[in-house]
Amino acid sequence: MNEETKIICVACPKGCRLRINRQGETIVVSEQSCKRGEQYAVQEMTDPRRMVASTVRIQSNSHSLLPVYTSAPIPKGKIQPLLMELRKINLRAPVKMGQVVLKDALGTGIDVFASRDIN
Amino acid sequence: MPFKSYDVVVIGSGPGGLAAAIAAKKQGADKVLVIERDLELGGILLQCIHNGFGVEIFKEDLPGPSYAQRFIDEILLLKVDTLLDTMVLDITPERKIFATNKLLGIIEIQAKAIVLAMGCRERTRAQVRLPGSRPAGVYSAGTAQRWVNVEGYMPGKSFVVLGSGDIGMIMARRLTFEGAKVERVLEIMPYLSGLMRNYVQCLLDYDIRLQLQHTVKRIIGNSRVKAIESVQVDEKWQPIPGTEEIIPCDTLLLSVGLIPENELSRKAGVLIDPITGGPYVDNEFQTNIKGIFSAGNVVHVYDLVDWVTEAGYIAGKAASVYAQGSSPAKREMISMKAGSNVRYVVPHKIDKTRVAQEEMRLQLRATTPIEKPVWVEVTDGKNLITRRGLLYARPGEMVTVSLKPNQYDIVQKAQELVINISPR
Repeated sequence: MNEETKIICVACPKGCRLRINRQGETIVVSEQSCKRGEQYAVQEMTDPRRMVASTVRIQSNSHSLLPVYTSAPIPKGKIQPLLMELRKINLRAPVKMGQVVLKDALGTGIDVFASRDIN
Repeated sequence: MPFKSYDVVVIGSGPGGLAAAIAAKKQGADKVLVIERDLELGGILLQCIHNGFGVEIFKEDLPGPSYAQRFIDEILLLKVDTLLDTMVLDITPERKIFATNKLLGIIEIQAKAIVLAMGCRERTRAQVRLPGSRPAGVYSAGTAQRWVNVEGYMPGKSFVVLGSGDIGMIMARRLTFEGAKVERVLEIMPYLSGLMRNYVQCLLDYDIRLQLQHTVKRIIGNSRVKAIESVQVDEKWQPIPGTEEIIPCDTLLLSVGLIPENELSRKAGVLIDPITGGPYVDNEFQTNIKGIFSAGNVVHVYDLVDWVTEAGYIAGKAASVYAQGSSPAKREMISMKAGSNVRYVVPHKIDKTRVAQEEMRLQLRATTPIEKPVWVEVTDGKNLITRRGLLYARPGEMVTVSLKPNQYDIVQKAQELVINISPR
């Protein structure tokens, strides 16, 4: 099967438009692309991932939300399930920046960290 | 009236203000104070919970609150004084500050040097002259960001975003995360005003439609927004009849640009560049008023927080030196001039003698996009002093070009420096 996809490369701010031919397992990036662009294209076609930042509930005198973020990019398909998991969390202050809020999120091996202290 | 006196007073505790206070203290100023109107230090970074901060300075990809906290922790460690929940009312050219808070009433502070770090403000509905009724449900993207990320309120259920600025696109994703529907993002210009990365990761990823050369013709609704009427525009931003569309929504977010916030600066007699919206500054970010410096988005709106921090360090260090009475006696100022396809250059003027000692960074924006390789050239009006090649130039991405000590001889003889961006 021969599938053509167009994506915008975000490996750098230039934002090149890449045309990608997928022939079975092989991915061919056509049109002008740099090394980083090719890497990006292959990653996007095989295992697209994103950093996720959101908030969780917290009981404190000053704040009702604690901002959190993933320690590494997670698979795109897992973003919505992760947000559902985060909605179940309800912490109590104090919390320290970098503290693990959700360990091994959805079995990805990726933790979710507190983005700041809340006392 | 409580009276205080300080070596350096920093107004605002966003990234520019925090960096300025840290640098002032490290440079030897004994008494440094940061005044912040919010209840805690950090400024707008606290509501920017998304990643992407710190890549230049820390070589790490941090969320806004983490980036801020690294500097807040340092401020506390260095024993910089802070006044929170405090509003500065007035600044005089003699560097007297009047401020108020609920515990102390009116406070008078004499500063030897001041760093203005009030940041910027979002352009409002009135400033983009949006016609139609005035229902609830029209907010700036940053207001919505504060509600959703800090205070925990959703401003609506279905959204249209006007403007393709970064905050607008980031909020489109954030609102989608929280269960809202973003119907459309409209951009009046023929190109994206924010970063391509945000277009891909905030809009394309969630099938949010962007329409370039489109704007809001009318807001519909009485007590609450019911819909907006969009329209396509031509190159001169004139609506094209027959292209109108009614888009049902309950909230309209505006992401239509940022303006440096300089009400206080003006009161102190600081002269404002109408193009940047910020003070005219020299290479140490000193304004036309001696001893009053400025740092960050109050000077011109940056793309990256890391550069705001760098500017804060420069301004804070210089303010500290000034406060200690050890500023260099001999200065030879030379003006920067925005040449072809350059909208502005910051700083506006530099001390020629300093070029011999240190690398000096000039930051500028292109007037119109050039989507092919360009030279960014610094000339003395006739002769090339230095140039830098870039793959393209876009108004949305700030350009940096540096003067190096080995160019001192030619800079020394120049009357002014002209910076141009032209195709290679």
